[in-house]
Amino acid sequence: MSTELEPLADPGLPHHVHRKADTDPAAEKRAERQVSILFLLSAAGTLLFIYSFIWIPTDVFVFLPLLGNTNAHQLGIGTGLGLALFFIGAGAVHWAKTLMPDEEVIAQRHEMRSSDEDRASFVETVKEEAGKVQLGRRSLIKRSLGLALGLVGLSPLIMLRDLGPLPEQSLLKTTWDKGIRVVTDPGNRPLRPEDLEVGAIAHVLPEIKDPEHRKLSDIAKDAAILIRVRPSELKLSEERMAWTHEGIIAFSKICSHMGCPVALYEQTTKHLLCPCHQSTFDVPTGAKVIFGPAARPLPQLAITVDDEGYLIAAAPFDEPVGPSFWERNI
Amino acid sequence: MAPGLLVVALFLIGGIYSIAATPDNATASNARSALIEEGKNIFMRGCSSCHGLNAEGSGIAPSLIGVGAASVDFQVATGRMPMADMSQQAMRKKPVYSPEEIAALAAYVASLAPGPAIPTAEQLNYERDGNVAEGGELFRTNCAMCHNAAAQGGALTAGKYAPTLMGVEPVHIYEAMITGPQAMPVFGDQAITPEEKLSIIKWIKSVESEGSYGGASLGKVGPVTEGLLGWVLGLGSLIGIAVWLATKAR
Repeated sequence: MSTELEPLADPGLPHHVHRKADTDPAAEKRAERQVSILFLLSAAGTLLFIYSFIWIPTDVFVFLPLLGNTNAHQLGIGTGLGLALFFIGAGAVHWAKTLMPDEEVIAQRHEMRSSDEDRASFVETVKEEAGKVQLGRRSLIKRSLGLALGLVGLSPLIMLRDLGPLPEQSLLKTTWDKGIRVVTDPGNRPLRPEDLEVGAIAHVLPEIKDPEHRKLSDIAKDAAILIRVRPSELKLSEERMAWTHEGIIAFSKICSHMGCPVALYEQTTKHLLCPCHQSTFDVPTGAKVIFGPAARPLPQLAITVDDEGYLIAAAPFDEPVGPSFWERNI
Repeated sequence: MAPGLLVVALFLIGGIYSIAATPDNATASNARSALIEEGKNIFMRGCSSCHGLNAEGSGIAPSLIGVGAASVDFQVATGRMPMADMSQQAMRKKPVYSPEEIAALAAYVASLAPGPAIPTAEQLNYERDGNVAEGGELFRTNCAMCHNAAAQGGALTAGKYAPTLMGVEPVHIYEAMITGPQAMPVFGDQAITPEEKLSIIKWIKSVESEGSYGGASLGKVGPVTEGLLGWVLGLGSLIGIAVWLATKAR
């Protein structure tokens, strides 16, 4: 007896097993029925879709367990079309699996690489044709073609300019300026210091002549918040302390991370949170970032009161509000 | 005999007169004092261990001097106070005290120092004085960051949360805005006027009664439940279909 190990013999392809429907006429009939039932279910789904679209009014609600009060019109449309599409697919799959010709085709895999002769002859052809074109000799043509192709490639980049007007100074400046009154958002009412008690917050905008037509693009950078704390709780430099008024401190509401409205204010911890990425700003220390992805504190707005006792901005923001951009000097 | 009768008659007339002529405000003031007294008794039994014998506060609970009746009504009538445990946040639960007891407590705390009063039913007629569209705008600017754009509530830091506003009494929504309970800031009557507060309440009530127009609302909490359902149910059923496609029919 040989002690050498025999390699495992090639087991070959598995034996072809016929399906029941191939051999048993009753099973074939049954499979046919099943396929047509699936298609009929699809048709029923379409009918439900059409019925819901036309005859169920849009304000009818039905109570469903788990889903609660649900709009019957939308529910019928969605369920109907969903069933219609699903059962066409299910029917087709079941048909293919049970009744379509059950032939097994074997396709052998070949190497992807071309033969060495083919590769050599291809290189030969390229060289020969390139010689005929005389590109090496006609350098003027070669260079001018290079320029033309390069420039035409630039044209899509030029068209990027059409994406919108250039920001100009709009990213650097807001509407806030010295003497502009602080008004509520919405409502546009001026505020006095006594309107805010300790623990209060107010969402504000700068006063403008025509508040009915305030531009959304202006609100997006002008939005600010007023928060009142006890003056003794503020831990600010003398300069920044002068920017507050009797414990009222104003910040830009636009997050220095991605520009979301930072307005989750926790009265107990005096933290301002951004709802988008949970950047957390500590109000008493001048909105210092204590958690989250924001890189800078929220810009503080210097405020004071005018002769009539209303809160006004004492100066414009001393830095651009909102997220970073290329031209911003940190 | 006659002088004796006269004395008795005079005494009777005088007595009846003194009872009949007692001014109404004096009765009201007496009733008020009685209410405050009752409130003080309830406070002593149920609240003073944390808030101090004179409601002056302690290391574990704030002073209640000047918080006003509105604050008491909000905290006690929504069951937040008395607190069940000293966790991050007092939550809404079944109130411990009856409405009469809460009124007495509120009267007692309001008697300590002036503070926001409980709004009357006339002040709370949001159906008449509110405006849904304006309320929605105000809500999105002032409230949606914490309470979610559909007033379903949301998470804050360190285990605190902004509760859902569904099923909250209008009076309690109003009181929360004027008193700023727990982590919530105060929204004064200039920052949001009383009419605007009613608009916010009307908007919240319209969200509450509104059915789900787009089919299943999935709790109206945004991408979390939607993503969960998409990944678990959507991808799960696709995997199931893939398995079915690959099995050979018998």
